[in-house]
Amino acid sequence: MLKTINLKKVYPNGEEALKGINLEIPNGQVVALIGPSGAGKSTFIRTINRLVEPTSGKVYFANEKNDITSLNKSKLRKIRRQIGMIFQEFALVERLSVMENVLSGRLGYVGFWNSFFRKFPQKDIEEAFRLLQRIGLEHMLDKRADELSGGQRQRVGIARALIQNPMLLLVDEPTASLDPKNSRQIMRLICELCKERDLAAIINIHDVYLAQNFAERIIGLKAGKIVYDGKPSGLSETILTKIYGEEDWSKTVAN
Amino acid sequence: MNDKKVIWKRKPLIKNRLLRIGLILLISTYLLSVFLTTEIDWQRILEGIPRGKNFIFAFFPPDFITRSDEILAGIFESLWMTIVATIVGILISIPVSLGAAKNIAPKFVYFLSRGVITLSRSFQEVILAIFFVKLMGFGPFAGMVTLSLSTIGFFAKLLSEDIEDINKSQAEAIKSTGSNWFQWVNYGVQPQVMPRFIGLSLYRLDINFRESAVIGIVGGGGIGSTLNTAFDRYEFETAAAVLIVIISIVMIVEYTSSHLRKLIK
Amino acid sequence: MPIIKQKDYKTWKKFDRKRDLQNWLCWFLGTLIFSFCFGLISSKTIWFYVFDSHNEALDLLGRMFPPETNYFLTLIKPIWDTLNIATIGTTIGTLIAIPLAFLSANNTTPSKKFIRPLALFCIVSSRSINSVIWALLLVAVVGPGVLAGIIAIGLRSIGFCGKLLYEAIEEIDENQIEAIEATGANKAQIMTFGIVPQILPAFTSISIYRWDINIREATVVGLVGAGGIGIELDAQIGDLAWAKVSVILLAIVVAVVFSEWITAKIRKAII
Ligand SMILES: Nc1ncnc2c1ncn2[C@@H]1O[C@H](COP(=O)(O)OP(=O)(O)O)[C@@H](O)[C@H]1O
Ligand SMILES: [Mg+2]
Repeated sequence: MLKTINLKKVYPNGEEALKGINLEIPNGQVVALIGPSGAGKSTFIRTINRLVEPTSGKVYFANEKNDITSLNKSKLRKIRRQIGMIFQEFALVERLSVMENVLSGRLGYVGFWNSFFRKFPQKDIEEAFRLLQRIGLEHMLDKRADELSGGQRQRVGIARALIQNPMLLLVDEPTASLDPKNSRQIMRLICELCKERDLAAIINIHDVYLAQNFAERIIGLKAGKIVYDGKPSGLSETILTKIYGEEDWSKTVAN
Repeated sequence: MNDKKVIWKRKPLIKNRLLRIGLILLISTYLLSVFLTTEIDWQRILEGIPRGKNFIFAFFPPDFITRSDEILAGIFESLWMTIVATIVGILISIPVSLGAAKNIAPKFVYFLSRGVITLSRSFQEVILAIFFVKLMGFGPFAGMVTLSLSTIGFFAKLLSEDIEDINKSQAEAIKSTGSNWFQWVNYGVQPQVMPRFIGLSLYRLDINFRESAVIGIVGGGGIGSTLNTAFDRYEFETAAAVLIVIISIVMIVEYTSSHLRKLIK
Repeated sequence: MPIIKQKDYKTWKKFDRKRDLQNWLCWFLGTLIFSFCFGLISSKTIWFYVFDSHNEALDLLGRMFPPETNYFLTLIKPIWDTLNIATIGTTIGTLIAIPLAFLSANNTTPSKKFIRPLALFCIVSSRSINSVIWALLLVAVVGPGVLAGIIAIGLRSIGFCGKLLYEAIEEIDENQIEAIEATGANKAQIMTFGIVPQILPAFTSISIYRWDINIREATVVGLVGAGGIGIELDAQIGDLAWAKVSVILLAIVVAVVFSEWITAKIRKAII
């Protein structure tokens, strides 16, 4: 479903954030991408939908011929709407209402003037109602996004990504700004929704414990290179040391 | 060492002693050279004191009555000019400020828009007015064009700075949904800069009214023309009345706009 | 309620009927006012001149080029005068603005009923009258020349700096003042230790900002005889010496860009 070949990114300041990533993700697989901060996790998922332009390499999406890196602007937009994205700081447009934020996920499908006058098709609106109900925020739909709590905001962020009806979710540290309880609820929600819709997902995450508990597959990234790719159960102390450096991992490794 | 007293002094504003002395020297030479090169005709000023006194007394009592028609007409003309110029100026400023924001515009558009802003900011309203009056004839139209143009420089500069300061991830999130550029601006950028946009509009309305009082002096219509005529006719009581009217309107505008701004937040 | 329930389905709109109607009404009224104002202006406009203005502009540009470059030497003194008008004027203005700001700020004024309104009135009057009008008045009193320009710029700056400064004073942190009051300090000590350090950054940035504006203003006070490059501009326009006018305009652009560059530098150095 997604395949990257020798994906590299060098920032204009000379920072080599990705040093050749080769990765293949089948349909419906939830992958956790772990690694210390600065490893290149955010850069990696942003090169997939080209919010960050990759320096070299290929990204095949949906089929073997569809190389995202060679698309023109309008085709890129069509691909972007098939890829949902969830952000660390929620990235809701704070001065818009919850409903507008959710509906903004449909922007790729409606014309400018319709979106300008907030005239979305009835079936989009119904889908928004359904999603808001699913995440338990139907009663909040008129609130402005900056009136919500962190956990609520992230739920709206999830609804915005899902209303795109994507084939792939890119999730950038969804729990980094949340308390432990909300973190687990959000992770659970994301994984459940992926199951329901048979969605593939790449989830960047700091927290090794959460990654092990919720993902089917773990990829360890360090300094722009993949250093582990395998089952959550395969994460041993030596491997964690390889990813994160020397530390007492005995309490972290799940058994 | 021990017999030295510990003394404490307030930390000087500029730490480097050399720099401090250098600055003081620089400032005093500057002041001296200003004093030496500026021709001030003390004779004329001494003569001017009684003349000035007469002049000031000539303003009293302010006379609202004799020329009340002209004062009213001038004020209304200024108001129309202000309203039209503010709206036109802001409408043009919107694309210019998008073009002048580094994080939105391509390099070429960026430099073009910055050029427009710098040019429009370089010339004071009065200079612009002189030229527009020359090109388009006397009257409020030239004044309106002047005010619109200087609105662009002011508004686009400040708004583009606000656009450059937007929260990047909110805008990124909208981009990642596959929106086109206009949708991206409408959803990702506009909501973030709206409070500033409204604040600046009200502020500029206030400035344009005040400026309309002076571009009239060079033929740009409005209350400035009335003022100019009053001076030309040596009707200082009327001039005083005009000045008082200007001050009161500015006060009213300022009061309402600060209230409005509080409401919008 | 923007959720609209129909018989068999519900839908959503950003605004309900009433808000929608209000919005349209506002836009309608706005357009109406705009057209009305524009109509009034246009009734006083001779459209022939306006439509012909591009020809006039081309003609003017043709006369301006090539600029008479050696005329620049004559301009050095007026430019120097312009810079001085702006600099000395700003200094005088800010110095007078300081006490006025303290008298106007809610938390430092000695009398809210009597002195504060008076001080505020001074500030607003100074702000509402443009430098050029101040210059016009002053030329009549002290005679034409640089001095009138300096005073005009100074008078106009009082209101501007005074307003921004008193707003800064009203926003200071009361806790710090309290802490100093608690040590048994007298009024003057509270001032120097509690208030001054807090508003010093605001004060510097306000004066620099005003200086930048004043460079521009100083270019025009000369048009009414109050010194600086405006006198030259007025004279050359009067003589229809457009090749010289273009040199003056160029000099003004350079001066303004230069002042903007300097203020940016100073601001960076201070922060
Ligand atoms: N816009 C940028 N410009 C330059 N360097 C960047 C930029 N964004 C990220 N980097 C650098 O790239 C590396 C990877 O960053 P990032 O992908 O954000 O890591 P992570 O998300 O794993 O913490 C870091 O060293 C970071 O400093
Ligand atoms: Mg990151």
